[in-house]
Amino acid sequence: MAVSETPAAISQSALSVRVVKRAADGDETPFELHAEFEAAPGTTVLFGASGAGKTTILDSIAGLQTPDDGSILISDAALFDFAAGVNLPPNRRHIGYLLQTLALFPHMSVEQNVRYGLANVDPAEQERRVGEILESFRIAPLARRRPGEISGGERQRVALARTLVTRPLALLLDEPLTALDAATKARIIEDLRAWNQQFRIPILYVTHDRDEVFALGERMIVLENGRIIAQGLPHDVLHRPELESVAQLAGFENVFDCYVIERHPEQGTMSCRITGSPVELEVPLTRITGRNSLRVGMRAGDIMVAIAPPQGLSARNVIAGEVASLERRDAMVVAHVDCGAIFEVDLTPGAVQSLSLSVGSRVWLVIKTYSCRILQ
Amino acid sequence: MMLQALALTLRLAVAVSLILLLISLPLAYWLAFSRWKGKFLAEAMVSLPIVLPPTVLGFYVLVALGPQSPMGRWYQSLTGHGLAFTFTGLVIGSVIYSLPFSVQPMTAAFASVDHTLLDASAILGASRWRTFWRIILPLSFPGVMTGFVLSFAHTLGEFGVVLMIGGNIPGATQTVSILIYDQVQALNYRVANETALLLLVLCLVLLTLLYALRRHDGRSQWTWP
Repeated sequence: MAVSETPAAISQSALSVRVVKRAADGDETPFELHAEFEAAPGTTVLFGASGAGKTTILDSIAGLQTPDDGSILISDAALFDFAAGVNLPPNRRHIGYLLQTLALFPHMSVEQNVRYGLANVDPAEQERRVGEILESFRIAPLARRRPGEISGGERQRVALARTLVTRPLALLLDEPLTALDAATKARIIEDLRAWNQQFRIPILYVTHDRDEVFALGERMIVLENGRIIAQGLPHDVLHRPELESVAQLAGFENVFDCYVIERHPEQGTMSCRITGSPVELEVPLTRITGRNSLRVGMRAGDIMVAIAPPQGLSARNVIAGEVASLERRDAMVVAHVDCGAIFEVDLTPGAVQSLSLSVGSRVWLVIKTYSCRILQ
Repeated sequence: MMLQALALTLRLAVAVSLILLLISLPLAYWLAFSRWKGKFLAEAMVSLPIVLPPTVLGFYVLVALGPQSPMGRWYQSLTGHGLAFTFTGLVIGSVIYSLPFSVQPMTAAFASVDHTLLDASAILGASRWRTFWRIILPLSFPGVMTGFVLSFAHTLGEFGVVLMIGGNIPGATQTVSILIYDQVQALNYRVANETALLLLVLCLVLLTLLYALRRHDGRSQWTWP
């Protein structure tokens, strides 16, 4: 990316958010949003199921929605302060917000779109900044085209350039990459990371995608039903999932209600059965005694598939079943295997082919004890 | 006589459609974006001239403009003459009568502009004023043109309101449609036919232009300058 100077004021801004929003009649979200956090310069990922309140938080910061209480400060300047009666309109907040729909102006060229937010900048400076950002986002050749005439990935870059060219005090990104293929996604993540290294402003990044979390997130905040239930380094939050909701979001495609049949303290395991099925699992022993029901999560990518009963394995769980469905997703195949309970398993297309898997194939699932996570 | 009536009719239609454009843009904006709960009242008021018989509307406008009403008195004290049976009175009555034909297409066009574009504009620092001129108006330009042309065409052909307010004064208030009526009353069918045909062709040409300028894919060729 082309280098340009970073105003000192920008590099030190931190975003401080306290948002309370009560559910209104006819709202889709039936809970009260009550979130409080600080976002230092750098990328903070907002993680949570849809309807958890992520977009409400971004909208409140940008000024598109008005919270019922709380305050939103950037570098200690109030954008919103309920107690003090401060509520700046969106056009005076100087927040960059990349909406999920991108909202490019269809009747304007790429260049006019990018220039739109620079109305108060003098023309020579406008020229310089627009030229520079078109260049660095590799969209200069598209300058005269309209949004309807360029590809999805290009539109994404135009929208990002239009937002960043205004040098916002904070950047809000609402699932900006969901509609893109993996390669385009990776390039844009690279752009964003380079930009983030240059202009250290608080970036709030909403996503469901684990890969995006690890690629971009320096910190993450997990929201559930309007509350923050976990925050910290992405690696810590996603790999030690004590919270079931985090686990499900973090890619535990399989979550089962189980009850304990027998504990084996000497082996460090316990046997439990998936409720409503004959399937038994060996899972790590928990310290919690006196509780016989628990939830077990496992990743679809941690389950192995064999087409004959495997032997001589360290893995304690070998479960027989039948392929119920095979579905191609991007570069992998998602299989659902009926073993009395339905397991979701990720496979490579190559594995599907070499095992000649099809719907109805008899298979054995192999799951290590430590791939079974106890969720509370 | 026919040319005089035609010139007057065109003058009236131009004045009315221009005035309506000025009134309708802010009114349609308000109708499209206001969150006021009583907005339906205003919507009903604006639509009233569509269902009301022109004579009823004309009658009340006549009373409102007459020397007995505060507005009529105020105008009289200002200009020395009344509003009824004048060209100005005609313009006022026609503006009210054609209001829905101008406002409704514009309101619909404004309301159909993708709201996230308006959010994006505000986030990029634009005031409501700038958002209106740069985003809303260009994207609803076909609707605005439709409102403008419809109010023009509607004024060309109106009869009842004009008759009630303006009467039938050649050169001052006698429009083409009044002239036709006048000629038929006088059993002068030939002139009536010529005049009627002229009005028919004029309206047809206008509407043909209106629809021809829209492409089949629903997009208009009227683009923002």
